Amino acid sequence: MGLSLKARASPLASAAEQLRILSTPNGFAPFAKRMAEAGLFPLRSTGITVFQVNVGKLCNQTCGHCHVDAGPDRQEIMTRETAEQCIRALAATDIPTVDITGGAPELNPNFRWLVEQARGLGRHVIDRCNLTVLLIPSQADLADFLARHQVEVIASLPYYRAAQTDAQRGLGVFDKSIVALRKLNELGYGREGTGLRLNLVYNPVGAFLPPKQQAIEEQFARELKRHFGVVFNRLYTITNMPISRFLEFLLATGNYEGYMSRLANAFNPVAAAGVMCRYTLSVGWDGTLYDCDFNQMLDLPVAFGAPQHIRDFDAARLHLRRIVTNNHCYGCTAGAGSSCGGATA
Amino acid sequence: METYYHPADLHRFAEVAQGNKELWERFSSYYAAVFADGALSEREKALMALAVAHTVQCPYCIDAYTQACLEKGSNIEEMTEAVHVACAIRGGASLVHGVQMRNVAGKLSM
Repeated sequence: MGLSLKARASPLASAAEQLRILSTPNGFAPFAKRMAEAGLFPLRSTGITVFQVNVGKLCNQTCGHCHVDAGPDRQEIMTRETAEQCIRALAATDIPTVDITGGAPELNPNFRWLVEQARGLGRHVIDRCNLTVLLIPSQADLADFLARHQVEVIASLPYYRAAQTDAQRGLGVFDKSIVALRKLNELGYGREGTGLRLNLVYNPVGAFLPPKQQAIEEQFARELKRHFGVVFNRLYTITNMPISRFLEFLLATGNYEGYMSRLANAFNPVAAAGVMCRYTLSVGWDGTLYDCDFNQMLDLPVAFGAPQHIRDFDAARLHLRRIVTNNHCYGCTAGAGSSCGGATA
Repeated sequence: METYYHPADLHRFAEVAQGNKELWERFSSYYAAVFADGALSEREKALMALAVAHTVQCPYCIDAYTQACLEKGSNIEEMTEAVHVACAIRGGASLVHGVQMRNVAGKLSM
Protein backbone atom coordinates (compact mmCIF):
# COMPACT_ATOMS: atom_id res chain seq x y z
CA MET A 1 0.00 0.00 0.00
CA GLY A 2 1.38 3.42 -0.96
CA LEU A 3 1.63 6.53 1.18
CA SER A 4 -0.31 9.76 0.77
CA LEU A 5 1.30 12.81 -0.77
CA LYS A 6 1.23 14.34 2.69
CA ALA A 7 3.05 11.39 4.26
CA ARG A 8 5.72 11.63 1.57
CA ALA A 9 6.02 15.40 2.06
CA SER A 10 5.38 15.80 -1.67
CA PRO A 11 5.10 19.39 -2.96
CA LEU A 12 1.77 18.28 -4.46
CA ALA A 13 0.37 17.85 -0.94
CA SER A 14 -0.03 21.64 -1.12
CA ALA A 15 -3.26 22.80 -2.76
CA ALA A 16 -1.53 26.06 -3.64
CA GLU A 17 1.13 24.19 -5.61
CA GLN A 18 -1.53 22.17 -7.46
CA LEU A 19 -3.41 25.35 -8.34
CA ARG A 20 -0.19 26.94 -9.55
CA ILE A 21 0.34 24.04 -11.95
CA LEU A 22 -3.30 24.00 -13.09
CA SER A 23 -3.34 27.75 -13.65
CA THR A 24 -0.14 27.85 -15.70
CA PRO A 25 -0.99 28.41 -19.39
CA ASN A 26 -0.41 25.17 -21.25
CA GLY A 27 -1.95 25.37 -24.70
CA PHE A 28 -5.58 25.36 -23.55
CA ALA A 29 -7.90 28.29 -22.91
CA PRO A 30 -8.75 29.14 -19.31
CA PHE A 31 -11.90 27.33 -18.18
CA ALA A 32 -13.66 30.59 -17.40
CA LYS A 33 -13.23 31.70 -21.01
CA ARG A 34 -14.83 28.52 -22.40
CA MET A 35 -17.70 28.83 -19.96
CA ALA A 36 -18.22 32.47 -20.97
CA GLU A 37 -18.34 31.42 -24.63
CA ALA A 38 -20.99 28.85 -23.70
CA GLY A 39 -23.04 31.50 -21.90
CA LEU A 40 -22.41 29.86 -18.53
CA PHE A 41 -20.15 32.35 -16.83
CA PRO A 42 -20.41 33.28 -14.07
CA LEU A 43 -21.62 29.80 -13.13
CA ARG A 44 -24.39 29.77 -10.54
CA SER A 45 -26.09 27.17 -8.42
CA THR A 46 -29.60 26.20 -9.48
CA GLY A 47 -30.63 25.20 -5.96
CA ILE A 48 -29.16 22.62 -3.58
CA THR A 49 -30.58 19.11 -3.83
CA VAL A 50 -27.52 17.21 -2.59
CA PHE A 51 -25.91 17.88 0.80
CA GLN A 52 -22.55 16.17 0.37
CA VAL A 53 -20.56 15.64 3.54
CA ASN A 54 -16.91 14.65 3.39
CA VAL A 55 -16.33 13.16 6.83
CA GLY A 56 -12.58 12.95 6.46
CA LYS A 57 -9.46 11.79 4.72
CA LEU A 58 -8.90 8.58 6.68
CA CYS A 59 -9.09 5.55 4.39
CA ASN A 60 -8.00 1.93 4.47
CA GLN A 61 -6.75 2.24 0.87
CA THR A 62 -4.35 4.55 -0.95
CA CYS A 63 -5.73 4.55 -4.49
CA GLY A 64 -3.51 5.94 -7.22
CA HIS A 65 -6.10 8.30 -8.68
CA CYS A 66 -7.43 9.70 -5.39
CA HIS A 67 -8.19 13.41 -5.50
CA VAL A 68 -8.59 13.48 -1.72
CA ASP A 69 -5.05 12.17 -1.04
CA ALA A 70 -6.79 9.89 1.45
CA GLY A 71 -5.03 7.07 3.24
CA PRO A 72 -4.50 5.23 6.54
CA ASP A 73 -2.05 7.94 7.63
CA ARG A 74 -4.58 10.78 7.36
CA GLN A 75 -6.04 11.80 10.69
CA GLU A 76 -8.31 14.63 9.54
CA ILE A 77 -11.83 13.44 10.32
CA MET A 78 -15.07 15.27 11.12
CA THR A 79 -15.84 15.70 14.81
CA ARG A 80 -19.18 15.02 16.43
CA GLU A 81 -19.64 18.75 16.97
CA THR A 82 -19.25 19.45 13.25
CA ALA A 83 -21.49 16.51 12.37
CA GLU A 84 -24.16 17.97 14.68
CA GLN A 85 -23.82 21.32 12.91
CA CYS A 86 -24.40 19.51 9.62
CA ILE A 87 -27.59 17.88 10.89
CA ARG A 88 -28.87 21.17 12.34
CA ALA A 89 -28.31 22.89 8.99
CA LEU A 90 -29.91 20.03 7.06
CA ALA A 91 -32.96 19.95 9.35
CA ALA A 92 -33.66 23.60 8.52
CA THR A 93 -33.96 22.77 4.81
CA ASP A 94 -35.80 20.33 2.59
CA ILE A 95 -32.66 19.20 0.77
CA PRO A 96 -33.65 15.63 -0.13
CA THR A 97 -30.29 13.83 -0.39
CA VAL A 98 -27.33 13.43 1.97
CA ASP A 99 -24.25 12.06 0.21
CA ILE A 100 -21.57 10.90 2.67
CA THR A 101 -18.06 10.58 1.29
CA GLY A 102 -14.41 10.58 2.37
CA GLY A 103 -11.71 8.83 2.46
CA ALA A 104 -13.60 5.83 3.65
CA PRO A 105 -16.50 7.62 5.38
CA GLU A 106 -17.47 4.50 7.34
CA LEU A 107 -14.24 4.70 9.32
CA ASN A 108 -15.37 7.97 10.94
CA PRO A 109 -16.81 7.11 14.37
CA ASN A 110 -19.65 9.56 13.66
CA PHE A 111 -20.63 8.01 10.32
CA ARG A 112 -23.41 5.78 11.65
CA TRP A 113 -24.79 8.60 13.80
CA LEU A 114 -24.92 10.84 10.73
CA VAL A 115 -26.76 8.16 8.75
CA GLU A 116 -29.29 7.61 11.55
CA GLN A 117 -29.91 11.32 11.98
CA ALA A 118 -30.28 11.99 8.25
CA ARG A 119 -32.64 9.05 7.85
CA GLY A 120 -34.55 10.28 10.88
CA LEU A 121 -35.11 13.51 8.97
CA GLY A 122 -36.53 11.47 6.10
CA ARG A 123 -33.63 12.19 3.74
CA HIS A 124 -32.22 9.80 1.19
CA VAL A 125 -28.69 8.81 2.24
CA ILE A 126 -25.82 7.75 -0.02
CA ASP A 127 -22.65 6.02 1.20
CA ARG A 128 -19.63 6.38 -1.08
CA CYS A 129 -18.09 3.01 -0.35
CA ASN A 130 -14.73 1.53 -1.36
CA LEU A 131 -16.12 -2.00 -0.75
CA THR A 132 -13.03 -3.35 1.05
CA VAL A 133 -14.06 -1.40 4.17
CA LEU A 134 -16.98 -3.84 4.52
CA LEU A 135 -14.50 -6.65 5.17
CA ILE A 136 -12.56 -4.97 7.97
CA PRO A 137 -13.27 -6.94 11.19
CA SER A 138 -14.41 -3.83 13.09
CA GLN A 139 -16.95 -3.17 10.30
CA ALA A 140 -18.39 -6.70 10.18
CA ASP A 141 -21.91 -5.38 10.80
CA LEU A 142 -21.61 -2.39 8.46
CA ALA A 143 -23.38 -3.96 5.47
CA ASP A 144 -26.34 -4.93 7.69
CA PHE A 145 -26.43 -1.40 9.11
CA LEU A 146 -26.52 0.09 5.61
CA ALA A 147 -29.32 -2.24 4.53
CA ARG A 148 -31.33 -1.64 7.70
CA HIS A 149 -31.27 2.10 7.05
CA GLN A 150 -31.85 1.68 3.31
CA VAL A 151 -28.69 3.56 2.48
CA GLU A 152 -27.87 3.75 -1.21
CA VAL A 153 -24.39 2.32 -1.75
CA ILE A 154 -22.30 3.87 -4.50
CA ALA A 155 -19.19 1.71 -4.75
CA SER A 156 -15.99 2.22 -6.69
CA LEU A 157 -14.99 -0.55 -9.07
CA PRO A 158 -12.85 0.76 -11.93
CA TYR A 159 -13.01 -2.42 -13.98
CA TYR A 160 -14.42 -5.95 -14.00
CA ARG A 161 -10.95 -7.49 -14.03
CA ALA A 162 -8.37 -7.73 -11.27
CA ALA A 163 -5.38 -6.40 -13.21
CA GLN A 164 -6.93 -3.03 -13.95
CA THR A 165 -8.70 -2.61 -10.60
CA ASP A 166 -5.64 -3.52 -8.57
CA ALA A 167 -3.43 -1.25 -10.67
CA GLN A 168 -5.53 1.70 -9.52
CA ARG A 169 -6.66 0.65 -6.06
CA GLY A 170 -4.01 -1.69 -4.68
CA LEU A 171 -3.07 -5.35 -4.83
CA GLY A 172 -5.89 -7.67 -3.86
CA VAL A 173 -8.57 -4.96 -3.89
CA PHE A 174 -10.51 -6.53 -6.76
CA ASP A 175 -10.89 -9.92 -5.06
CA LYS A 176 -11.98 -8.24 -1.82
CA SER A 177 -14.38 -6.03 -3.76
CA ILE A 178 -16.08 -9.11 -5.24
CA VAL A 179 -16.48 -10.63 -1.76
CA ALA A 180 -18.00 -7.35 -0.57
CA LEU A 181 -20.32 -7.10 -3.57
CA ARG A 182 -21.56 -10.65 -3.00
CA LYS A 183 -22.21 -9.77 0.63
CA LEU A 184 -24.26 -6.75 -0.45
CA ASN A 185 -26.14 -8.83 -3.05
CA GLU A 186 -27.03 -11.38 -0.33
CA LEU A 187 -28.66 -8.57 1.66
CA GLY A 188 -30.69 -7.58 -1.40
CA TYR A 189 -28.56 -4.76 -2.70
CA GLY A 190 -28.61 -4.49 -6.49
CA ARG A 191 -31.58 -6.83 -6.83
CA GLU A 192 -34.88 -5.78 -8.39
CA GLY A 193 -37.68 -4.98 -5.98
CA THR A 194 -35.69 -4.70 -2.74
CA GLY A 195 -35.30 -0.95 -2.76
CA LEU A 196 -31.64 -1.40 -1.82
CA ARG A 197 -29.70 0.48 -4.47
CA LEU A 198 -26.18 -0.61 -5.35
CA ASN A 199 -24.53 1.53 -7.97
CA LEU A 200 -20.97 1.18 -9.21
CA VAL A 201 -18.48 3.86 -10.22
CA TYR A 202 -16.11 3.43 -13.14
CA ASN A 203 -12.95 5.56 -13.13
CA PRO A 204 -10.55 5.21 -16.08
CA VAL A 205 -7.40 3.41 -15.01
CA GLY A 206 -5.14 5.98 -16.62
CA ALA A 207 -5.01 9.23 -18.53
CA PHE A 208 -8.02 8.80 -20.80
CA LEU A 209 -11.71 9.65 -20.82
CA PRO A 210 -14.41 7.20 -19.72
CA PRO A 211 -16.43 5.28 -22.32
CA LYS A 212 -20.11 6.00 -22.94
CA GLN A 213 -21.86 5.23 -19.67
CA GLN A 214 -24.50 2.91 -21.07
CA ALA A 215 -21.97 0.88 -23.07
CA ILE A 216 -19.61 0.27 -20.16
CA GLU A 217 -22.55 -0.42 -17.83
CA GLU A 218 -23.67 -3.22 -20.17
CA GLN A 219 -20.14 -4.63 -20.24
CA PHE A 220 -19.88 -4.58 -16.44
CA ALA A 221 -23.32 -6.15 -16.02
CA ARG A 222 -22.50 -8.96 -18.39
CA GLU A 223 -19.01 -9.73 -17.11
CA LEU A 224 -19.72 -9.40 -13.36
CA LYS A 225 -22.78 -11.64 -13.64
CA ARG A 226 -21.08 -14.22 -15.83
CA HIS A 227 -17.82 -14.56 -13.93
CA PHE A 228 -18.79 -13.69 -10.34
CA GLY A 229 -22.59 -13.86 -10.05
CA VAL A 230 -22.61 -10.18 -8.98
CA VAL A 231 -25.48 -7.83 -9.87
CA PHE A 232 -25.93 -4.08 -9.45
CA ASN A 233 -28.39 -1.36 -10.41
CA ARG A 234 -26.52 1.32 -12.35
CA LEU A 235 -22.97 2.21 -13.26
CA TYR A 236 -21.67 5.76 -13.27
CA THR A 237 -18.63 6.94 -15.17
CA ILE A 238 -16.47 9.53 -13.43
CA THR A 239 -13.57 11.27 -15.15
CA ASN A 240 -10.30 11.41 -13.25
CA MET A 241 -9.63 14.92 -12.02
CA PRO A 242 -6.13 16.44 -12.32
CA ILE A 243 -5.89 16.83 -8.54
CA SER A 244 -3.69 15.30 -5.81
CA ARG A 245 -2.49 11.78 -6.60
CA PHE A 246 -3.91 11.66 -10.12
CA LEU A 247 -2.12 14.95 -10.84
CA GLU A 248 1.02 13.34 -9.49
CA PHE A 249 0.52 10.39 -11.86
CA LEU A 250 -0.03 12.73 -14.83
CA LEU A 251 3.11 14.70 -14.11
CA ALA A 252 5.30 11.69 -13.33
CA THR A 253 4.29 9.86 -16.53
CA GLY A 254 4.53 12.85 -18.89
CA ASN A 255 0.76 12.75 -19.45
CA TYR A 256 -0.21 16.10 -17.93
CA GLU A 257 -0.19 18.31 -21.05
CA GLY A 258 -1.83 15.64 -23.22
CA TYR A 259 -4.55 14.91 -20.64
CA MET A 260 -5.39 18.57 -20.00
CA SER A 261 -5.56 19.14 -23.77
CA ARG A 262 -7.83 16.12 -24.08
CA LEU A 263 -10.13 17.46 -21.38
CA ALA A 264 -10.16 20.99 -22.78
CA ASN A 265 -10.69 19.86 -26.39
CA ALA A 266 -13.59 17.67 -25.27
CA PHE A 267 -15.36 20.59 -23.56
CA ASN A 268 -19.09 20.02 -23.96
CA PRO A 269 -21.42 22.97 -23.21
CA VAL A 270 -24.33 20.56 -22.60
CA ALA A 271 -22.29 18.71 -19.98
CA ALA A 272 -21.17 22.03 -18.53
CA ALA A 273 -24.75 23.14 -17.98
CA GLY A 274 -25.37 20.04 -15.83
CA VAL A 275 -22.26 20.08 -13.61
CA MET A 276 -22.90 18.84 -10.10
CA CYS A 277 -21.70 21.97 -8.32
CA ARG A 278 -24.90 23.61 -9.51
CA TYR A 279 -27.03 21.40 -7.23
CA THR A 280 -24.53 20.18 -4.62
CA LEU A 281 -23.17 21.75 -1.45
CA SER A 282 -19.97 20.11 -0.21
CA VAL A 283 -19.13 20.19 3.51
CA GLY A 284 -15.51 19.55 4.47
CA TRP A 285 -14.37 17.49 7.46
CA ASP A 286 -13.80 20.69 9.42
CA GLY A 287 -17.14 22.24 8.43
CA THR A 288 -15.84 24.51 5.66
CA LEU A 289 -18.26 24.82 2.74
CA TYR A 290 -17.33 24.18 -0.89
CA ASP A 291 -19.05 23.99 -4.25
CA CYS A 292 -17.83 20.42 -4.74
CA ASP A 293 -15.44 17.78 -3.39
CA PHE A 294 -12.82 18.76 -5.98
CA ASN A 295 -12.79 22.40 -4.91
CA GLN A 296 -12.55 21.09 -1.37
CA MET A 297 -9.30 19.29 -2.12
CA LEU A 298 -7.90 22.42 -3.76
CA ASP A 299 -8.81 24.54 -0.72
CA LEU A 300 -11.28 26.63 -2.76
CA PRO A 301 -14.21 27.34 -0.40
CA VAL A 302 -17.46 28.92 -1.54
CA ALA A 303 -17.02 32.64 -2.17
CA PHE A 304 -18.76 35.71 -3.56
CA GLY A 305 -20.46 36.48 -0.27
CA ALA A 306 -21.68 32.96 0.58
CA PRO A 307 -21.16 31.77 4.19
CA GLN A 308 -18.04 29.63 4.38
CA HIS A 309 -18.70 27.41 7.41
CA ILE A 310 -21.53 25.06 8.26
CA ARG A 311 -22.16 26.91 11.54
CA ASP A 312 -23.14 29.93 9.44
CA PHE A 313 -25.30 27.90 7.02
CA ASP A 314 -27.80 30.14 5.25
CA ALA A 315 -29.87 28.32 2.67
CA ALA A 316 -31.01 31.50 0.93
CA ARG A 317 -27.45 32.69 0.33
CA LEU A 318 -26.19 29.26 -0.70
CA HIS A 319 -29.01 28.04 -2.96
CA LEU A 320 -28.29 30.50 -5.76
CA ARG A 321 -24.63 31.25 -5.06
CA ARG A 322 -21.99 31.97 -7.66
CA ILE A 323 -19.64 28.99 -8.06
CA VAL A 324 -15.84 29.03 -7.83
CA THR A 325 -14.19 27.49 -10.89
CA ASN A 326 -10.66 26.84 -12.15
CA ASN A 327 -9.03 24.77 -14.87
CA HIS A 328 -9.55 21.46 -13.06
CA CYS A 329 -13.25 21.97 -13.89
CA TYR A 330 -12.50 20.79 -17.43
CA GLY A 331 -12.65 17.30 -15.90
CA CYS A 332 -16.40 17.66 -15.30
CA THR A 333 -17.23 19.20 -18.68
CA ALA A 334 -15.33 16.86 -21.02
CA GLY A 335 -17.18 14.59 -23.40
CA ALA A 336 -20.35 13.24 -21.84
CA GLY A 337 -19.54 15.16 -18.66
CA SER A 338 -18.79 13.82 -15.22
CA SER A 339 -20.32 14.10 -11.76
CA CYS A 340 -20.83 12.07 -8.61
CA GLY A 341 -23.90 10.74 -10.42
CA GLY A 342 -22.06 9.90 -13.63
CA ALA A 343 -22.35 11.43 -17.09
CA THR A 344 -24.20 14.74 -17.28
CA ALA A 345 -24.86 15.05 -21.02
CA MET B 1 17.17 13.66 -33.40
CA GLU B 2 15.61 13.86 -36.87
CA THR B 3 12.67 11.59 -37.57
CA TYR B 4 9.90 11.33 -40.14
CA TYR B 5 7.21 10.87 -37.48
CA HIS B 6 6.33 13.39 -34.77
CA PRO B 7 3.55 12.42 -32.31
CA ALA B 8 2.31 16.00 -32.23
CA ASP B 9 1.52 15.77 -35.96
CA LEU B 10 -1.44 13.51 -35.20
CA HIS B 11 -3.27 16.55 -33.84
CA ARG B 12 -2.55 18.45 -37.08
CA PHE B 13 -4.40 15.92 -39.26
CA ALA B 14 -7.12 18.47 -40.12
CA GLU B 15 -4.52 20.71 -41.81
CA VAL B 16 -4.77 18.39 -44.81
CA ALA B 17 -8.10 20.15 -45.48
CA GLN B 18 -6.16 23.21 -46.56
CA GLY B 19 -5.23 21.40 -49.76
CA ASN B 20 -8.83 20.49 -50.65
CA LYS B 21 -11.63 21.39 -48.25
CA GLU B 22 -14.41 19.49 -50.02
CA LEU B 23 -12.60 16.17 -50.16
CA TRP B 24 -11.55 16.50 -46.51
CA GLU B 25 -15.15 17.17 -45.47
CA ARG B 26 -16.42 14.19 -47.43
CA PHE B 27 -13.74 11.96 -45.88
CA SER B 28 -14.46 13.25 -42.37
CA SER B 29 -18.18 12.66 -42.74
CA TYR B 30 -17.66 9.13 -44.07
CA TYR B 31 -15.08 8.39 -41.34
CA ALA B 32 -17.45 9.47 -38.56
CA ALA B 33 -20.23 7.34 -40.04
CA VAL B 34 -17.95 4.30 -40.30
CA PHE B 35 -17.02 4.44 -36.61
CA ALA B 36 -20.47 5.20 -35.21
CA ASP B 37 -22.44 2.52 -33.36
CA GLY B 38 -24.11 0.20 -35.86
CA ALA B 39 -24.38 -3.53 -36.19
CA LEU B 40 -20.95 -3.45 -34.54
CA SER B 41 -20.43 -1.36 -31.43
CA GLU B 42 -18.01 1.59 -31.25
CA ARG B 43 -15.78 -0.60 -29.07
CA GLU B 44 -15.70 -3.48 -31.54
CA LYS B 45 -14.91 -1.07 -34.37
CA ALA B 46 -12.12 0.56 -32.38
CA LEU B 47 -10.54 -2.87 -31.79
CA MET B 48 -10.83 -3.66 -35.52
CA ALA B 49 -9.24 -0.32 -36.34
CA LEU B 50 -6.42 -1.07 -33.91
CA ALA B 51 -5.76 -4.38 -35.64
CA VAL B 52 -5.80 -2.74 -39.08
CA ALA B 53 -3.49 0.01 -37.80
CA HIS B 54 -0.94 -2.67 -36.95
CA THR B 55 -1.42 -4.30 -40.34
CA VAL B 56 -0.69 -1.10 -42.23
CA GLN B 57 1.75 -0.04 -39.51
CA CYS B 58 0.50 3.50 -39.24
CA PRO B 59 1.94 5.02 -36.06
CA TYR B 60 -0.71 7.76 -36.03
CA CYS B 61 -3.50 5.18 -36.11
CA ILE B 62 -1.82 2.98 -33.52
CA ASP B 63 -1.57 6.01 -31.18
CA ALA B 64 -5.13 7.18 -31.84
CA TYR B 65 -6.79 3.77 -31.64
CA THR B 66 -4.94 2.62 -28.55
CA GLN B 67 -6.44 5.62 -26.81
CA ALA B 68 -9.80 5.06 -28.49
CA CYS B 69 -9.94 1.41 -27.39
CA LEU B 70 -9.25 2.39 -23.79
CA GLU B 71 -11.86 5.13 -24.00
CA LYS B 72 -14.42 2.64 -25.32
CA GLY B 73 -13.89 0.39 -22.29
CA SER B 74 -11.48 -2.12 -23.78
CA ASN B 75 -8.38 -3.38 -21.98
CA ILE B 76 -4.80 -4.44 -22.69
CA GLU B 77 -5.76 -8.12 -22.99
CA GLU B 78 -8.36 -7.45 -25.72
CA MET B 79 -6.06 -5.03 -27.51
CA THR B 80 -3.20 -7.53 -27.49
CA GLU B 81 -5.47 -10.17 -29.03
CA ALA B 82 -6.42 -7.65 -31.71
CA VAL B 83 -2.75 -7.14 -32.56
CA HIS B 84 -2.33 -10.90 -32.79
CA VAL B 85 -5.27 -11.04 -35.20
CA ALA B 86 -3.39 -8.58 -37.40
CA CYS B 87 -0.25 -10.69 -37.07
CA ALA B 88 -2.07 -13.93 -37.87
CA ILE B 89 -3.69 -12.49 -41.00
CA ARG B 90 -0.47 -10.93 -42.25
CA GLY B 91 1.51 -14.08 -41.53
CA GLY B 92 -1.24 -16.24 -42.94
CA ALA B 93 -1.34 -14.18 -46.13
CA SER B 94 2.34 -14.97 -46.69
CA LEU B 95 2.00 -18.60 -45.73
CA VAL B 96 -0.97 -19.35 -47.96
CA HIS B 97 1.04 -18.19 -50.97
CA GLY B 98 3.22 -21.14 -50.16
CA VAL B 99 0.59 -23.16 -52.01
CA GLN B 100 1.64 -21.27 -55.17
CA MET B 101 5.24 -22.07 -54.37
CA ARG B 102 4.37 -25.72 -54.07
CA ASN B 103 2.44 -25.58 -57.37
CA VAL B 104 5.45 -24.12 -59.21
CA ALA B 105 7.93 -26.43 -57.49
CA GLY B 106 5.71 -29.37 -58.31
CA LYS B 107 5.59 -28.42 -62.01
CA LEU B 108 9.32 -27.92 -62.30
CA SER B 109 10.46 -30.85 -60.28
CA MET B 110 10.82 -34.45 -61.25
